[in-house]
Amino acid sequence: MDKELTGRAQRFLDELAHCMDIGLSVSNVTNDGKTTLLLPYNEELIGNKDTRIMHGGAITTLMDTASGTSVICSLDDFEICPTLDLRIDYLKSAEPDKPVYGFAECYRISRNVVFTRGSAYQEDINDPIAYCVGTFMRLGTEFTPDYFRTRVLEGNRS
Amino acid sequence: MNVRELVKKAHETGDYSDLIAEIPYAKKIGVTCERFGDDVIFKLPANKSNIGNPLLPAIHGGVIGGFMELSAALYLMMFQDVPKLPKIVDFSIDYLRAGYYQDTFVECELTRQGKRVANVSIYAWQKTRGEPITTARAHFLIPEN
Repeated sequence: MDKELTGRAQRFLDELAHCMDIGLSVSNVTNDGKTTLLLPYNEELIGNKDTRIMHGGAITTLMDTASGTSVICSLDDFEICPTLDLRIDYLKSAEPDKPVYGFAECYRISRNVVFTRGSAYQEDINDPIAYCVGTFMRLGTEFTPDYFRTRVLEGNRS
Repeated sequence: MNVRELVKKAHETGDYSDLIAEIPYAKKIGVTCERFGDDVIFKLPANKSNIGNPLLPAIHGGVIGGFMELSAALYLMMFQDVPKLPKIVDFSIDYLRAGYYQDTFVECELTRQGKRVANVSIYAWQKTRGEPITTARAHFLIPEN
């Protein structure tokens, strides 16, 4: 675990109202920006009342956020990087009453675009419930307001 | 009440809220839907707790994705006689414009329905239909009757 990057990731998540609303948190960020987020089981996110399995939309949010956070933690300086596209393969159903982890890493950072891949899993990363690839657009530091950059990179030091 | 009865009642009354209430995630993000002749438009009203970009502000991309995926599943239940929430196989979304903190609308189109799998194209817009904020496509497994 990289303490500085994990803090950066958590401060970034704290700024996203929807992530706070569904209880997303940072589980781990390594020094090369590989990110794992944790989505607690939440009955409000159920898709099918009979099976009590969380809806795919919650997994989409988990993976979009995990991928985007991995981008933030892989770039030297903080830039806003909106999602260009995302593809998710649902390999098998998640089990109810258990949290879901979202792992993501950047496998290519180019001048304009960052390419990510990752998976969602419950107990074993080698037994994923979903696989995800995404691309993110680099807007550049000049499009990122300083106050926001400071808040995510350094936290509120006042 | 089973899904077929809920769909039948909703088609008769034009009120789809009981059908949508069967899906907690739909209630959580606030999905509604309205029928216009043979067309149906799904709506995600602006909701503070769906924000994912505090700067613009804009709706979380994952919520827009979840809304589109859910709309496609509801669409299959409403028009393809699918008796329960169909299982999703894969989902691919392109983000074309910022999804501002505003009402968002979705329309679905059945691209191909086979015996076991359906392919649905999904379009989302805010200001005008001609300027989609996202397009997506999804495959669903059709449950056996």
